[in-house]
Amino acid sequence: MQATLNDLVIRIGGEAGHGVESSGAGFCQALTRSGLYVFGLPDYHSRIRGGHNFYTVRVSDRPLYAHSDRIHLLLALTEETITRHQDALVPGGAVLYDTRLKVTAEMMARDDVLYVGLPLSEMAKEKSGTELARNTMALGFAAGITGLDLGGIESVIYDNFARKGQAVIEGNLDAARWGQAEGARYAAQFPFKLQARPDAPRRLTVSGTQAFAMGALAGGCRFCAGYPMTPGSPVLHWLAAHSARYGVAIKHTEDEIAAICMAIGAAHMGARALVPTSGGGFSLMVEALGLAGMTETPLVIYNAQRPGPSTGLPTRNEQGDLLFTIYASQGDFPRFVLAPHTVEACFVAGWQAFNLAERYQTPVIVLSDHYLAVMTRTLEADAFDWDAVEIDRGELLTPAQLDALEEEYKRFKDTPSGISPRALPGHPKAVYVSDSDEHDESGHISEESAVRIQQMDKRMRKMVGMRAEMGAPLCYGPTDAEITLVGWGSTYGPLREAVDRLNARSPKRANMVNFTDLWPLPTNKAHAALAGTRRRIAVEVNATAQFATLLRAYTGIEMDDYIRKYDGRPISPDEIVQALEGSTPKVVK
Amino acid sequence: MVTRADYNSPEAVTWCPGCGNYGILNALKMALVEQGFEPHQVVIFSGIGCGSKLPRYMKVNGMHTIHGRPLAIATGARLANHGLKILTVHGDGDGYGMGLSHFAHAARRNIGIVDIVQNNRVYGLTKGQYSPTSDRGMRTPTSPEGAIELPVPPLALAITMGATFVARAYPGDLRHLVWVLGEALRHDGYALVDVLQPCVTFNRPSAYDFYNPRVYKLQDEGHDPTDKVAAWQKAFEWGERIPLGIFYQVHGQPTYEAQVPALQAGPLVAQPLTKLNAQQIDALQKELM
Repeated sequence: MQATLNDLVIRIGGEAGHGVESSGAGFCQALTRSGLYVFGLPDYHSRIRGGHNFYTVRVSDRPLYAHSDRIHLLLALTEETITRHQDALVPGGAVLYDTRLKVTAEMMARDDVLYVGLPLSEMAKEKSGTELARNTMALGFAAGITGLDLGGIESVIYDNFARKGQAVIEGNLDAARWGQAEGARYAAQFPFKLQARPDAPRRLTVSGTQAFAMGALAGGCRFCAGYPMTPGSPVLHWLAAHSARYGVAIKHTEDEIAAICMAIGAAHMGARALVPTSGGGFSLMVEALGLAGMTETPLVIYNAQRPGPSTGLPTRNEQGDLLFTIYASQGDFPRFVLAPHTVEACFVAGWQAFNLAERYQTPVIVLSDHYLAVMTRTLEADAFDWDAVEIDRGELLTPAQLDALEEEYKRFKDTPSGISPRALPGHPKAVYVSDSDEHDESGHISEESAVRIQQMDKRMRKMVGMRAEMGAPLCYGPTDAEITLVGWGSTYGPLREAVDRLNARSPKRANMVNFTDLWPLPTNKAHAALAGTRRRIAVEVNATAQFATLLRAYTGIEMDDYIRKYDGRPISPDEIVQALEGSTPKVVK
Repeated sequence: MVTRADYNSPEAVTWCPGCGNYGILNALKMALVEQGFEPHQVVIFSGIGCGSKLPRYMKVNGMHTIHGRPLAIATGARLANHGLKILTVHGDGDGYGMGLSHFAHAARRNIGIVDIVQNNRVYGLTKGQYSPTSDRGMRTPTSPEGAIELPVPPLALAITMGATFVARAYPGDLRHLVWVLGEALRHDGYALVDVLQPCVTFNRPSAYDFYNPRVYKLQDEGHDPTDKVAAWQKAFEWGERIPLGIFYQVHGQPTYEAQVPALQAGPLVAQPLTKLNAQQIDALQKELM
């Protein structure tokens, strides 16, 4: 076994209700405060109690873009944690379990792994009065066995329990210290070490959800309506928590149809409006999406994808809504579909979406997914470029411009760009009715073919400007590689690490092209990025390689092979590398 | 001074001759003028159906939306700009069928919307199918052996859900309809005005000849609109006598929009839309450290 420093993976597992997710998130923050980089990923079931939840924290001295399938230390709050995850342990790894559990000799199946039983529940109760502190104790153990200073964990305990009073803080500190002392006793048998970097600058611990919501707020989001649905609604929670302080009107609605309808009403009046949801909710919104398209209402929809069809796998991950999102609604109208690839990109998408929506007076759909929404990464303090944030309302007529208006105001005026100068309701010189029926330049219903053609052409003409707004795909790795991995959105991180690993083994083995601005598809930029590639392999987290279908339909570019994963779990760098060694077709299981 | 002519639209009206919607259109213009609203201060959201074309036939702000959803759209509009008068106009299929959930929730929210339902108790634009308020036994293309369900009781439902203004009117008595609409426009909070709208094409048995001898005015008979139990009982009176007027009204209940923290500084759209300042950015960054 190879001893390592600041390069390991720790997993804590228990039942829903054991506080596994908050412990994992707290641990991520503690490690960031210790000057290390983390990649945190929760895995949970759709239930309030019971079942099996776990949280995996990958730690490093360098920025991390993806999770890893191999783990070094397993902190088990249930028997199932041991039986489910011990195979993922590297040789020399360790398992900590609560001696209150019924852990049998057969369960401890690995002879190259250290099993440590401690009376966690009992000691937690003694130290803090509640068994819940056993999580803190387990994290203290992780610090002890890896040799990590307890400072980061202590500071997070102070912050997280501040509202619960000094006794709770003290109890948890005692629990952590007891765990650390116990862990230190096994330190000599565990070769994977962590060392705080006290000289590191202060950094951020951020999830995709937080970054997107913060970006939306920065971009002037003033109205957010939603109905709870994993994994979209945490954006609604975040904005609700900040609503009073930052002046955002929040509405938890009776259903998703009401959510998008309220946002359309708010946007029509002039508020920047957001609708966070997931695929099932988006399905309900489709008729109203068409209304926004027909009435040219600027609107931002955030769809954090989860596996469908129907209820699918509610707490899991997939990139299965791409084609649905691009084509949802009867009839043709322009829309944007953006798929940010990292936590940092979620922030940018958050504010840019509102500018695109208002500049082109049409819906913008930000396509995230469960993986990107829940991943927690350490970022530099300047990872979010606040200076770059712009609020551009496009061709919005000011009250002074409306005062000076001489002729009749035409809301849907035919223009070379297809964009009609927009007046907000409330000005005496711009009194108008928008219509879901086809309408003329003034907004009046018309079934005349000339009017239909004029207005359809006017709307669709916006696609020219919209396509020009779309950025090129992100290329990474040597230009003349043997294979090119083609992905979109959140596969960026796993692909990037896979490319690094492949090239470390064999130089110029692989590069990658990852698309983020998906619709209108930047076809010229796609051609440029993929020109000269030798062997193209689509890597997608869905069953049918939906992006490859889109790319072929609009550019003629074909894939030579496909790596697909649709078991509801995010694809890892390890899986991508392994799939490239296997036979065709490549389905990751 | 605003006049009825200010509300005139160039669009040709497409309703059948004799349709009750003509009276509703005229009464609404008269009520808006009487209450001193100018066209640019009013926004009307309508659904889909014959009557939902009403904002087309007025010079007014608005949106002709999709079936069943105008109340939800109007709710968002009201939250974005509570400085303007927000109305919804839609039929019984739209409001009490597809939009029943939005109706019930708007009532309990007490959102400041005047909700006018053109209740002709039939689907007109799709050619005569039975509606949520059709009588049991009504024979139509979708109920050839007679409708089986009980009709939706909109007034009783609104009262039950906590609406603060619940009224019924009838275009056969235009002056009374104007008065009811005026009271609804003056009401602070959600106001339901269920209008018995004769459909002379698809529901002739429930048109003027049916209503004229039956309707009477609650306010002529000393009904106390603050008496919730009496209002609820009157809401079920239907047959030889059909009550019109304000069934229920309670003053002083806070509106939804008055209780939203973000709206305390004025209508959302009137608040400055600027980048976050250094202090706000610093606070957000600190949350992540």
